[in-house]
Amino acid sequence: MTTVETAIGTAKTMVLNMGPQHPSTHGVLRVLLELDGENVVNAVPDLGYLHTGIEKSCEDKTYSQAITLTDRMDYLNPLGNNLVYCLAVEKLLGLEIPKRAQYIRVMMVELQRISSHLVWLGTHALDMGAMSVMLYCFREREEILKIFERFAGQRMMTSYIRIGGLALEPPAGWREQVKRFIDMMPSRVDEYEELLTNNRIWMARLKGVGYLPPETLIALSTTGPGLRAAGIPFDNRKAFPYCSYEEFEFNIPTRTESDSFARYLIRVQEIRESLKIIRQAMDKITDQGPIKAEAPGVIPPQREKMKTEMEALIYHFKIFTEGFSPPVGEVYQAVESPRGELGCFIASDGSPKPLRVHFRSPSFVNLQALPSMVKGQLIADTVASIGTIDIVLGEVDR
Amino acid sequence: MSALAPYLFLIVPLVKIALLVFIVLTLDAYLTWLERKVIAHIQARWGPYRVGPHGLLQPLADGIKFILKEDPLPEGVDKKAYFFAPFLTLMLALTSLAVIPFGPDITILGYKTNFGIADVNISLLALFAITALSVYGIALAGWSSNSKYSLLGGLRSSAQMISYELSLTLSVVGVLLMAGTLSLKEIVEMQNNGNLGFFGWNIIGISKDGFGFTQIIGCICFFISAVAETNRVPFDLPEAESELVAGFHTEYASMKFAMFFIGEYTAMIAVSSLSTILFFGGWLSPFPASWTITHYLPSVILVPFGLWVFFDGIRYETIFGRIVLPGIGTVLTVVGAALFLFPAVNELIQGPFWFFIKVFAALFFYIWMRATLPRFRYDQLMEFGWKFLLPVSIANVVLTSAVLLWRMHG
Repeated sequence: MTTVETAIGTAKTMVLNMGPQHPSTHGVLRVLLELDGENVVNAVPDLGYLHTGIEKSCEDKTYSQAITLTDRMDYLNPLGNNLVYCLAVEKLLGLEIPKRAQYIRVMMVELQRISSHLVWLGTHALDMGAMSVMLYCFREREEILKIFERFAGQRMMTSYIRIGGLALEPPAGWREQVKRFIDMMPSRVDEYEELLTNNRIWMARLKGVGYLPPETLIALSTTGPGLRAAGIPFDNRKAFPYCSYEEFEFNIPTRTESDSFARYLIRVQEIRESLKIIRQAMDKITDQGPIKAEAPGVIPPQREKMKTEMEALIYHFKIFTEGFSPPVGEVYQAVESPRGELGCFIASDGSPKPLRVHFRSPSFVNLQALPSMVKGQLIADTVASIGTIDIVLGEVDR
Repeated sequence: MSALAPYLFLIVPLVKIALLVFIVLTLDAYLTWLERKVIAHIQARWGPYRVGPHGLLQPLADGIKFILKEDPLPEGVDKKAYFFAPFLTLMLALTSLAVIPFGPDITILGYKTNFGIADVNISLLALFAITALSVYGIALAGWSSNSKYSLLGGLRSSAQMISYELSLTLSVVGVLLMAGTLSLKEIVEMQNNGNLGFFGWNIIGISKDGFGFTQIIGCICFFISAVAETNRVPFDLPEAESELVAGFHTEYASMKFAMFFIGEYTAMIAVSSLSTILFFGGWLSPFPASWTITHYLPSVILVPFGLWVFFDGIRYETIFGRIVLPGIGTVLTVVGAALFLFPAVNELIQGPFWFFIKVFAALFFYIWMRATLPRFRYDQLMEFGWKFLLPVSIANVVLTSAVLLWRMHG
């Protein structure tokens, strides 16, 4: 018996082991529920079933190699993970990224936010028993993945954002494809809302479920839609702008109910806001211009230069054999992932490999709110609460 | 023939039982196919497509899979109850079909018989008695499986089925008041209003002698309760997979699991038939009796449908499909044409034809709801049952009796 199990349970209640293999724990989360009939007396999340050691593995890779590992943390937001890691390394190096690359980054990350929210909405609706919504959401997500595939050659683990810029030039015809998507999307979001927002059963299942007062949320350092649903308009894109987010016009949707229904509405609204950002970003992205910073020792040189310049060839060789060495120091960079504040801390000892990489993952922090959310509620509410926290287990156990 | 005559009372029901069980089990199998197809198309996907043309052999593949699957016995189960529960569920579901009349009385080769197995004068009561027992199957399964998820599922369903049984029974009282009988056959015949067609059905409720009142409230209450009684979406709490994994049948596999499913689908057919009989005129045609031309409707539907299946089938991707689908199309066309050519047979199938159409519509509605609605929460379900459905059905009873009393005396 694990320590978790002995810490819970009295003679009069029943301990239900929910997970690690359970349809609605979204991966391998294990929750020990102490039940009195159908009422939850206590809930203890038990983590660690998907521990991948990504943070530790990063210490054994050069700075560039570690990017592919970050893809695999939050598998619904690979581009966001790339971004936060690259921004942290760029901060360490003091690199200036060309505007064009920044805008493309913004566009890609916002597309990723929509796709993540779509997966959330679909799986959450499935948890609540509305199974059609899930397939509609995945239909639209498919379009986003097709866009990613054209940009990066990969649907999910794109590794498209690199230190100093982007991996590839945007493909021919990307404008039309993205435009088609953002033109189609608003009506599709209306469709989901039509199925859910005014649905009596949907409201009954979510309203007042998983309520937490704003003070508790702040005390638990919750971020993301969960916090914004409690009326606190904290968003890293506005609070600590990165990638030129200050040049974009968008709202941070907030609500005050702080229940599951408010979190649902926030996410749906965020999809619409992201579409706005993508539209602006598309206007800002020029057809010509650099996508990589000017940093010879850090950015792999272009093929033609390697064939004509001696130095370029040497840099290429050095970057791919031993990597580059940033200055000694520590940096922390945070971005707004679909789930909240995604932070990356890097400590460098001046060698080509990071001394320590740590990710402040929103899923892990937000999950700590689960016990206080579900106490005194029903089993079905536990499912709703886990759903609206929106955890990705790959990110909880890095 | 004459030598058999003394034993016909025994032979005919046995033949009918065998026929009905065969038809219903096949219908169950193809109901799963239909459900998967309909839900798939609602959800913008194809559904079963690989096993046979348009996935038509999928039920067969599922059946073979169920039979061949390993049937593990979980640790610590109460063996007797564990084995008995699926049988009980299936048995009761099939038994409930025994008292349902699927058509009017008919005379074949001089032998007068009814379109159903038993013609009991308290068939509605018998039906409710049988369906009331079906909660035991689920409760036993949940209790005996030695699993917490099953236990919760079993408890949920016992509470749910007992609660909704009340409103289910009360919602039909209005119909009983108007019909003055418990026999399902007579309830249907009471709705036969000659030239008024579907206005005579209980859902509209215009009767010949003026003693009628619309039972639309009763119908809605009945339908909602029936969905809860059969544990279907949005009341599928006993098997809510996102909460209780699979509820009461979590620990069941192989044929025992299949029995629960066949039981569930048979119960669906049974309650759909019941709602058809009670509120939608059973086997009666929606058209006035004088419109005899509508008797050719089966042919009018079958022949074009058969031809469409034929011509669509000859272009199917696989050779097997190009043989099977035109074959089905030919059979349907020939049957349709035969009905047109032999009016005696045509008259015989009028009742079952309309009955089937109505039951099919009800079943489609079930499937449609499953694809659309989220699931209720346990306490909300109870609240809805006790605080809304039950008062409304009681109000319907009071209202109906008041109207009938007023018509009788005033």
